[in-house]
Amino acid sequence: MGLISRPQPDVVSYDPKGGDGWVTTRLDFLVNWGRANSLWPMPFGTACCAIEFMASAASQFDLARFGMERMSFSPRQADVLICAGRVPFKLAPVIRRIWQQMLQPKWCISMGACASTGGMFDNYAVVQGIDTIIPVDVYVPGCPPRPEGLIYGIMMLQEKVKRERGADTSIRNEMDPDPTSQLYIPPSAINELSEPFGNSVNQTRSGL
Amino acid sequence: MTTPFTPMVSGSALPIDAPAPATSRNVAHRGGAVNPSADALREKFGSAVRRVDVVWGETSVVVDGTRLQEIVRWLHDDAAQRYEYLSDLTAVEFRDTEQPIEVVWHLRSLAYRRFLRLKVLLVKGAPLEVASVWPIYKGADWFERECYDMFGIRFAGHPDLRRILMWEQYKEGFPLRKDFPLRGRFSRAEQLRQALAANPEARYSMEELSIADAFEDLPQEMLARLRSGEKTGE
Repeated sequence: MGLISRPQPDVVSYDPKGGDGWVTTRLDFLVNWGRANSLWPMPFGTACCAIEFMASAASQFDLARFGMERMSFSPRQADVLICAGRVPFKLAPVIRRIWQQMLQPKWCISMGACASTGGMFDNYAVVQGIDTIIPVDVYVPGCPPRPEGLIYGIMMLQEKVKRERGADTSIRNEMDPDPTSQLYIPPSAINELSEPFGNSVNQTRSGL
Repeated sequence: MTTPFTPMVSGSALPIDAPAPATSRNVAHRGGAVNPSADALREKFGSAVRRVDVVWGETSVVVDGTRLQEIVRWLHDDAAQRYEYLSDLTAVEFRDTEQPIEVVWHLRSLAYRRFLRLKVLLVKGAPLEVASVWPIYKGADWFERECYDMFGIRFAGHPDLRRILMWEQYKEGFPLRKDFPLRGRFSRAEQLRQALAANPEARYSMEELSIADAFEDLPQEMLARLRSGEKTGE
């Protein structure tokens, strides 16, 4: 924690030359303070990370301290999608639909190595990182991450929320996937994920 | 489906003075006591029993694929065998490309406390097809679907043979075959594009969803639509 110095999110900076007036920055502070401290998570638990997530939500680590008192098992009443665990290709359209059903403002935490990168499951069945399907705000490393790790990720998300400015309307734009490929990032970038072992088309297991 | 429920008691067909079951120790890798069902199979089916191996104290019987259903039916029905439980069904492919694919059935006789492994060899090059045991064990339904999904082995007589783990529109082949690349045949972007193009709600027939129990109570027009093969969400 604190290896990189970041601007203090609780300090409202007022730039007299900027377009924001004193009232709007104060209003931003109030809105962001409210949002950051009442993030309702939509848990999308598929594997062992979900066990750690349950531990985070239980009394020992107590996510309720961060305003996550209520797990929202409906995407329409959720603010932050927490993807805990590996996502197989068969679940890819499911998690994308859940993300599209969530209302703005919404954020996404990718919890653990598998959700972030595919982890050790570099095979035919597992998505190599959920950022190839939906936009992700915070990546939590670990296999699985300890509850402290997830809580640190949540605190980073809170900082990100607190630094949003109402004058910047672009952050609330719903990203549309590319109409032909249905992907958010270029296919060539996704194919590079299988490097350095080359294109999967040429790789076989038994030399056949 | 009006079979009366009869509880099966483990060891109930054994004589009253049979020794209590115990974990066997110092089991030899090869050889040892053969399951008496193997000899009974030889006597009954003769040359349809190709080979009997005893490995780690468990008996494997390699049988003729064309008579498999007959053999399993007999093992299930015969009063001296009573293999009433199919505990697993899978297939094995070897790295040696000359070696045939083995389909394996694990049968358990609860009444006699016996375990029997049946194998059928499927030669490569010929169509990979073997008789379904679904008419005998209803539990074989999903086993056979999984085996078809992963190895591409067709089970003749299965009522609904389609993919179960991969989605039904999956085009890359059969993942557990040795010639299947670990990462699949398509590039990552193409795999993702195909997966996202699938409609997650169109994969299940109405019967598989929760209304299956109340199927007969549905309105007539809905029954007619479902019987004509309509899927949900499409």
